[in-house]
Amino acid sequence: MLAEDASFTVTHVHPMRTLDGITLPHVLRFLRFVTLPGKKKMAARIHGGAGAGAATALSTFNPKKLVAPSRTNLPAARSSKRCIVAAAGSDASKSLRVGHSQKLIANAAVATKAETSATTGTGHELLLFEALQEGLEEEMDRDPRVCVMGEDVGHYGGSYKVTKGLADKFGDLRVLDTPICENAFTGMGIGAAMTGLRPVIEGMNMGFLLLAFNQISNNCGMLHYTSGGQFTIPVVIRGPGGVGRQLGAEHSQRLESYFQSIPGIQMVACSTPYNAKGLMKAAIRSENPVILFEHVLLYNLKEKIPDEEYICNLEEAEMVRPGEHITILTYSRMRYHVMQAAKTLVNKGYDPEVIDIRSLKPFDLYTIGNSVKKTHRVLIVEECMRTGGIGASLTAAINENFHDYLDAPVMCLSSQDVPTPYAGTLEEWTVVQPAQIVTAVEQLCQ
Amino acid sequence: MAQHLKSSSKSILLNILRHNIGFSSPSHASRHLRHNLPHGPLTTRLSPNPITRYCNTMVDTLSSIGSHEDTNSQVMDFPGGKVAFTPEIHFISESNEERVPCYRVLDDNGQQLTNSQFVPVSKEIAVKMYSDMVTLQMMDNIFYEAQRQGRLSFYATAFGEEAINIASAAALSPDDVIFPQYREPGVLLWRGFTLQEFANQCFGNKSDYGKGRQMPVHYGSNKLNYFTVSATIATQLPNAVGAAYSLKMDEKDACAVTFFGDGGSSEGDFHAALNFAAVMEAPVLFICRNNGWAISTPTSDQFRSDGVVVKGRAYGIRSIRVDGNDALAMYSAVHEAREMAIREHRPILIEALTYRVGHHSTSDDSTRYRSADEIEWWNKARNPLSRFRTWVESNGWWSDEAESDLRSKIKKEMLEAIRVAEKTEKPNLNHMFSDVYDVPPLNLREQELLVRQAIKSHPQDYPSDVPL
Repeated sequence: MLAEDASFTVTHVHPMRTLDGITLPHVLRFLRFVTLPGKKKMAARIHGGAGAGAATALSTFNPKKLVAPSRTNLPAARSSKRCIVAAAGSDASKSLRVGHSQKLIANAAVATKAETSATTGTGHELLLFEALQEGLEEEMDRDPRVCVMGEDVGHYGGSYKVTKGLADKFGDLRVLDTPICENAFTGMGIGAAMTGLRPVIEGMNMGFLLLAFNQISNNCGMLHYTSGGQFTIPVVIRGPGGVGRQLGAEHSQRLESYFQSIPGIQMVACSTPYNAKGLMKAAIRSENPVILFEHVLLYNLKEKIPDEEYICNLEEAEMVRPGEHITILTYSRMRYHVMQAAKTLVNKGYDPEVIDIRSLKPFDLYTIGNSVKKTHRVLIVEECMRTGGIGASLTAAINENFHDYLDAPVMCLSSQDVPTPYAGTLEEWTVVQPAQIVTAVEQLCQ
Repeated sequence: MAQHLKSSSKSILLNILRHNIGFSSPSHASRHLRHNLPHGPLTTRLSPNPITRYCNTMVDTLSSIGSHEDTNSQVMDFPGGKVAFTPEIHFISESNEERVPCYRVLDDNGQQLTNSQFVPVSKEIAVKMYSDMVTLQMMDNIFYEAQRQGRLSFYATAFGEEAINIASAAALSPDDVIFPQYREPGVLLWRGFTLQEFANQCFGNKSDYGKGRQMPVHYGSNKLNYFTVSATIATQLPNAVGAAYSLKMDEKDACAVTFFGDGGSSEGDFHAALNFAAVMEAPVLFICRNNGWAISTPTSDQFRSDGVVVKGRAYGIRSIRVDGNDALAMYSAVHEAREMAIREHRPILIEALTYRVGHHSTSDDSTRYRSADEIEWWNKARNPLSRFRTWVESNGWWSDEAESDLRSKIKKEMLEAIRVAEKTEKPNLNHMFSDVYDVPPLNLREQELLVRQAIKSHPQDYPSDVPL
């Protein structure tokens, strides 16, 4: 057991197949803490590197202080990281593969030394959209074939500023402003990818990518297969989606529901600055077409991320809060609603395990399965609509694969099957609220 | 009343403009200038219309946009360039009085027209062109018959369009990347795809580069820079623009070339791709095979413009109309277009007028919607092979003997290719699941297991010739 205020971070490689398995370590950072029974302290202050258990501590991490974004009303979900020891974590030890992590261990060891002086450690703080930009910029520096195309991505810097400054640095040709036709610039990206470039295609809003569905489904997803593997399409298609703050029905779509059936593509959803940068980089390096779902309301989340280079595994889920009583599966913005509900739940004596599934296609059934086998109860919290969403597919997958381990039916909280209304109060209630999550958990855990 | 209309509408327009623009500083203006623009001259042309209009033909002007109104010349200073005013209310006509003329070198009988301009073709190239046209026609014939006999599941011929296929391929370099629709196997043939390779794809056997995953005629070859046919209409046009953009970034001496039909020009992707290509200044050739029919839809039901060539100007693209059944004209047009595209970084639109002599595909019987006489006339009177053959023979480069030798050789080769392709094993079952991703994920591995289990327990319900 580690001391209460010690941090213990594990850098390891997930045992699941790596897509880009040749040279790059795929890193998933777990953040685990310790709590002594009876103590109910919130967000413990963490020192770095202390304690015997920190032999494998590679670098430290400040508690995630989520600064409220500039938009009002984002639930004040200060995700309290309850502290649980990780040393004996079954997944962690199984999947520790030192070999791949050598490079990062070396870097981080240096960092560890630096912060035994109990300073707040290395790393820099930034907002989520800046993390995306940093990831993109690093990849563009690293590989001259990476380019960006989309509407207003050039000098304007992107409508959410993810590509800010890139056109000045890399030029008009590598950061390309296109006319307004999503199908055409997605098709363009696919053609460029088949000829050797690695385009990052930005949809100004995910909903607009409905216009690109033909190219995404018929060409992007299929051409590697139908050409017999002769042509690869390593594109990244990204953009903000989800229900925002009174953006209207057409700008509040959840495209992951529609895209999830397309064979040949991968889908990931980022939720924190850390995984946003990691997933962006991994997506660019992947040889498969990847759709990266960002969320309109999460762009201003602030977090401290490591200075050294890292990427996140595209097919891996993230353990946000280990627990014993129930598995709550979520992704993107709902993660914060879930964590807020978790606070209430802990106060009421429950111990939820919260997993941010991150990989929407394919699902990380390994992590999810281990969790289900431990807790025997599953609650899915998503922003998709009830019919045909990610939750629907996940429910089916869990029921099929882990039926024997369930003590209760899988419950799924989703948005209603309605277009998102403009009125603020109505809009708030199309999205799953923490109170509903608490009720659902209480119901499931009876 | 007209007077009243004039002055008030003009002032209204100016007021709206002042209101909407909202910027006048150079920094905003620079947003509309692309820094990599070649600084060509600003061209202005007088239209032949008696009511003269001064129009800019360059979309981006290099003169100062947003600079102060010059009250003396009274022009509308607009993002995109200066536009002159006119006191006359005049609508541009929906069509010119005369249709755009069609460029050709050989007449209907294959005689070279006097004063014809064309790029000279050497004996070698001419003979190869003609031989490949014959090969294409025979290959189509034999595969079509094979489908009718039940040996092939599907086929689509290119009868009548041999000149477009071969002559355009001949005018390109092997580095030019091709984005076909599905009626351009001749380009692959020119580049060296063998009859055996064609047969392998049609039979979907394990030697097929596509690993049996696509219908017949959906060829693809990365070696020969011919991108796998995707059956969706016109989706290859934006892909071609992307490839051209990539070639431009790499500064290669090559362009992207894409083919589509008259029907394909109605798709949204056609318009978007042309627009994009013009804005991106991408070196891409858009070659439209206007063969008169989109399955059963004649061009009169497809568009109301003067064909496809006039649409180029709408997007700021240089265009030409060519006689698609004239091999020399096609060769010259594509040759010149390629030069322009690469040298000047611009897209070019080529409308090749031709006729679809065959049915749309083996699932179609075109005599149901057009007269057999029409088909017969185009097949005989305007046949691209006979016209070109006359010209080649007139140079002393071909003879009847050479023709019969060639035809018997091809027939033998074709029958052998089909025999071998038919006998070759089909692709292995694991190819159903490979290449969906670079590495099969868990769910696909599971699904493969399920399929194999099902086959094992019910072997009589599954084809016996699929290797497991």
